Amino acid sequence: MMDIAINLLASIMLAATPLLLAATGELVVEKAAVLNLGVEGMMLMGAIAGFAVAHETGSVWLALLAAIGAGMALSLLFAVLTLTLQANQTATGLALTIFGRGFSALVGAGYVGIAAPELPKLHLPGLTDLPVLGPVLFSYDPLVYAALLILALVAWFLAKTHAGLILRAIGDQHDAAHVLGYKVIRIRYLAVLFGGAMAGLAGADMSLAYTPLWAQDMIAGRGWVALALVTFAAWRPFWLLIGAWLFGAMMYLSLYVQGLGVPVPQAFLSALPYLGTVVVLVLISRDRRRIRLHRPAMLGRPFQANG
Amino acid sequence: MTQTPLLRLSGIVKQYPGCLANDHVDLTIAPNQIHALLGENGAGKSTLVKIIYGVIRPDAGETVWQGRRVVIQSPAHARRLGIGMVFQHFSLFEALTVADNIALGLNDAKDRVGLRQRIIDVSASYGLPVDPDRTVHDLSVGERQRIEIVRCLLQNPKLLIMDEPTSVLTPQEAETLFATLRRLAAEGCSILYISHKLDEVRALCEAATIMRLGRVVAQLTPRDKTARELASIMISAELKPAAERRPPPAAAAPRLVLNRLNLRATNPFGTSLQAITLSVAGGEIVGIAGIAGNGQGELMDALSGETLAGKPETILLDAVPAGHLGPKERRRLGGCFVPEERNGHGAVTTMSLAENAFLSGHLRGALARLGLIDRRRTQDYTARIIQRFDVRTTGPQATAKSLSGGNLQKFLVGREVMLDPAVLVISQPTWGVDAGAALAIHEAIVALAAAGAAVVIISQDLDEIFLLSDRIAVIAAGRLSEPVPVADATLERIGLLMGGVSPEPAHV
Repeated sequence: MMDIAINLLASIMLAATPLLLAATGELVVEKAAVLNLGVEGMMLMGAIAGFAVAHETGSVWLALLAAIGAGMALSLLFAVLTLTLQANQTATGLALTIFGRGFSALVGAGYVGIAAPELPKLHLPGLTDLPVLGPVLFSYDPLVYAALLILALVAWFLAKTHAGLILRAIGDQHDAAHVLGYKVIRIRYLAVLFGGAMAGLAGADMSLAYTPLWAQDMIAGRGWVALALVTFAAWRPFWLLIGAWLFGAMMYLSLYVQGLGVPVPQAFLSALPYLGTVVVLVLISRDRRRIRLHRPAMLGRPFQANG
Repeated sequence: MTQTPLLRLSGIVKQYPGCLANDHVDLTIAPNQIHALLGENGAGKSTLVKIIYGVIRPDAGETVWQGRRVVIQSPAHARRLGIGMVFQHFSLFEALTVADNIALGLNDAKDRVGLRQRIIDVSASYGLPVDPDRTVHDLSVGERQRIEIVRCLLQNPKLLIMDEPTSVLTPQEAETLFATLRRLAAEGCSILYISHKLDEVRALCEAATIMRLGRVVAQLTPRDKTARELASIMISAELKPAAERRPPPAAAAPRLVLNRLNLRATNPFGTSLQAITLSVAGGEIVGIAGIAGNGQGELMDALSGETLAGKPETILLDAVPAGHLGPKERRRLGGCFVPEERNGHGAVTTMSLAENAFLSGHLRGALARLGLIDRRRTQDYTARIIQRFDVRTTGPQATAKSLSGGNLQKFLVGREVMLDPAVLVISQPTWGVDAGAALAIHEAIVALAAAGAAVVIISQDLDEIFLLSDRIAVIAAGRLSEPVPVADATLERIGLLMGGVSPEPAHV
């Protein structure tokens, strides 16, 4: 029984990490009122860039940088199209995902089924060897801890800093921010790039830690779950964490039930984490007033400075 | 005055596509002066002050600030020079607190040290009470304006620009504002006061610059002129006398009845309607006054059927329960509605006038045949609206967005009036409309009531309410006051009701 509990907790932490990374990035993007639906595509680009660089150079750290760069490159394309050229954000985001899927499959064709270095696991002598606490707290790869740290930093940034206040103000009323002299477009560029970097990192977490290999479409919809998390968490960082952990728990549950050989179609079990997470999140965020209160009022609306 | 002017603009030019917004504008403001900038909608006042505040750059012209030539680069630069601005449509962030909103207007980190206490100090010393910890969406319009003023005062401005500050205030709130402005001027802060309310300007301002169609047409001392003289300088056409006052209609059957209408706001920044009761007879015009954001939008939606009232009996149209019916069914019963926002709500801006006419008129105007658009009848119907209401346009095929605000409003009101409604509800009938078009719209409303329709006007413009209404009610915080006959209504009484104060029963 203890083993199951430890496995469950470890599985939650590992499965939650890529979601948390991507969702934290998208949270910042959406707080600036930009809706980037290309998270899945950017994660795939990060996954293949990270895997390829790790395989070619043998350095996982270079691989992480490459993944961040790949995510940012794709998000820069999105920013140029939607912020500078005023293209529709929804359509551009969808196009980004389609492009990311195709391009990552093309680049990754030669990397299917081969190995690359994995992200090392933390090993703190004494702590990691502790019973129960060791495996639950002190035995993960660095991105697990990074994801939690970044989420905490983003929560602090948004709530407590002046720069975070400006970001929220731009999401709430971009025209008012403009007449006060804030550079709406420039700040949105920075937010979108941060989102791209985080999505790239999330992709690398998938291909270098969670399932350390490359397979076409290996993100398997997690980018969409990250997007849903941001909405159903009503743009509050703490609830992102709850949602990501919930997904992790569901993931473990579906694998566990499959292992027991319960006569349920496997396709249904694979879909369960996605379905379950969304259903639970919808149930806990039914309060429409609260959603509207936290929702960036300008979400998805283009901004054009006209005097 | 021999001292150096605080601000001198000369030869300011700003060209927009298809419109010369500022044509060689000169403006001089002396220290300690309250200076009025007068003009109709579209005269170029807003463009000029945005140039002064650094939001937009002029194409040509010179700006001299305290004797030195400057090019104002940005609002932050303007604030550093000592120019503060209170906007007409407030530049506030609804989801943020008062303190956060004020912090966003302060560029220097050192200005933000101990901000909460300084907000409290400044607001106390000027009699402008604001609570730094409240969220803006909970606040009244008057309170919001105070926040903007406090935000400016925290930077010790030498020039404070106020863009139509009293258009959203009750008469009593306006008096308080004037006292604050006079005190500021006495303490050395000049004020540029933009308005088209002439009495106000005569009472408050020592100098005035009058603009018309992008040009300065006069620079004068407003106290030397009568309001009527100022108006004739400001408005190009000679003012025609307003629509004739009609005798109040004899008692007729109520055509529109609201029976304790309650509606919970779905929008967290909205206002819930509470037990709204009203009865409007055929031939009667009832005006609903109130400060923006007190439930007018929600009331309009409830009347038009965009928000359903739930119980059918809460709204009766010609004695038929209609609370549960959508807009289409209500139109079938004879209800016609003109919402406040012309673009996107009243009209589909990218569609032609004929298509827009069809959208609201196809039921009562019988513009459809076998479920298809009858193009000929729609075209004829649109042409008749254009002709009868003197809509300046190239024809029924012109897109709605090609029309100026006043012309589009004439078209939208005309579209409903032509349908011969039993009940007409109009929100802000002449908002942002020039004097000539306003007159045409007022005449159409009066004629419709004379023909037996029940008319409800929801307006922030008290002059308009007093001019047209047989009875006046006030909406405040989602509650509607008992309507009073216009003869018994005084500006003071209505003003108190707008501020949410119930006056003592009849001590007139």
